[in-house]
Amino acid sequence: MNNIKKNRIFDQLFKFWGIACTFLGLVLLIIFIGSIFIDGIQRIDWDFITNLPSRKAERAGIYTALMGSVWILLLTTIIALPIGIAAAIYLEEYAKESKLASLLEVNISNLAGVPSIIYGLLGLEVFVRILQMGASVLAGSFTLALLILPIVIVSTREALKAVPKSIRDASFAMGASKWQTISKQLLPASFGGILTGIILALSRAVGETAPLIVIGALAYVPFAPASPMDEFSVLPIQIFNWISRPQHGFEVNAAAAIIILLLITFIMNSIAVYFRNRWQKRLK
Amino acid sequence: MKEKEIIDKSLKRKHKLESKEVKVFYDDFMAIKGIDMKIRANKITAFIGPSGCGKSTFLRLFNRMNDYVEGFRMEGEILIDGENIYKKKVNVEQLRKQVGMVFQKPNPFPKSIYENVAYGLKIQGIKDKAYLKDKVEDSLKQVGLWNEVKEDINKSALALSGGQQQRLCIARALAVEPSIILMDEPTSALDPISTAKIEELIYELKEKYTIVIVTHNMQQAGRISDYTAFFYMGELIEYDKSKKLFTNPEKQQTENYITGRFG
Repeated sequence: MNNIKKNRIFDQLFKFWGIACTFLGLVLLIIFIGSIFIDGIQRIDWDFITNLPSRKAERAGIYTALMGSVWILLLTTIIALPIGIAAAIYLEEYAKESKLASLLEVNISNLAGVPSIIYGLLGLEVFVRILQMGASVLAGSFTLALLILPIVIVSTREALKAVPKSIRDASFAMGASKWQTISKQLLPASFGGILTGIILALSRAVGETAPLIVIGALAYVPFAPASPMDEFSVLPIQIFNWISRPQHGFEVNAAAAIIILLLITFIMNSIAVYFRNRWQKRLK
Repeated sequence: MKEKEIIDKSLKRKHKLESKEVKVFYDDFMAIKGIDMKIRANKITAFIGPSGCGKSTFLRLFNRMNDYVEGFRMEGEILIDGENIYKKKVNVEQLRKQVGMVFQKPNPFPKSIYENVAYGLKIQGIKDKAYLKDKVEDSLKQVGLWNEVKEDINKSALALSGGQQQRLCIARALAVEPSIILMDEPTSALDPISTAKIEELIYELKEKYTIVIVTHNMQQAGRISDYTAFFYMGELIEYDKSKKLFTNPEKQQTENYITGRFG
């Protein structure tokens, strides 16, 4: 058998192997989502979304948990965004080659790998106890903000790095200061990339359960939070709580809540993709 | 009337740019080995020499663009109108408004044509819309781009052809009214027709500006420049009127290079 033939067979083999691997993940996901849909879709109606929690499965709704998730998302964004972007700008544009920068860099990469429950413990000690925020939305948001900061920083840095050096040169050569170059050229040019990273980080935050349980988010909260200092629950905790109940009705509720949660992440990811494409088009 | 005096004085000065005993190091590597040079006002001066001879580094000294290069260190003085631009209190941003630069690859900002040309004025804090519009139109006319783009002034600059982009970059540099324009191989990424247009433009610009151009293209240097400087291994080998340097060079090295025997 000559080499050309052998290469071609290897080519084909690898192609099929690749296809099989791609579909394995996809098929499993479809089976999972399909079974959830079959279980939960009939439970989803307007009442399910607007009802407060209840002991009776058929009357229980996700309103408090959904509102808790929305609060958490908003506050986490407000906290993590400016800090993350500013840190990324510092590391990428100012600190570039210093020893301090490389030390920080290693640590940030390490932080991205720390299990989320550890962040929960940190949040419990620092925000709930020392800063006396209690088991509030605010404490939860700070904790999640810490959790996603490394992701925001890394993705913002990548986006800044992707701006060609020629743009920086051009801006400096026109007499722009460093800050003018950053604010008028680099940030606008990398906005799409930064936004994508942030939305992906947030869609991770919306699914986090462990750190919030640790800081004391409750499975049962009678009312939706009205201020950042209120107690709260979030969708994943609600799901976790319902699944652990013996009655079949709650299982259906859990499936329905999962659909809502998936929908939220799906919408967020779509927005991220939309913005990325729009920005790429604008740059062309 | 003080302003007028200053203008008169600068017009009388024959030499716009001057380097005194300039040495440049990148870490331990000596890229420029002590260059003394005077560049005349309102003339086109071409820097030629093989790759790595230091001509681009030398060019970038005049608007301090080397400051960002890691390990860069400089000795000696660079004077513009008699002022040392490497003195501590020199405002680098201010300097760069006086010394425009055009790069090897066209590098318009990923913004509209208008925003590109207005950028230099806007960062100086000029907000007057009518003034900006006039200035943009003026600058685009100077580079002969206005008629080609006046309908698309708000469209992305990246949609222009390479040659148009490079002319846009020149317009962008002109908009802030510099007195010196540095060009680092401005036509090396362009086709012959665009190159011809840019050369013509450069030739027209010398009435108002002092132009220094780095080029690998010896025909180009011969065509457009009044003076040519030949660099080799970080040294200035020969510097003379272009006509003289290209027809009857003093040094053997220069002759070898311009006749294509090395480099």
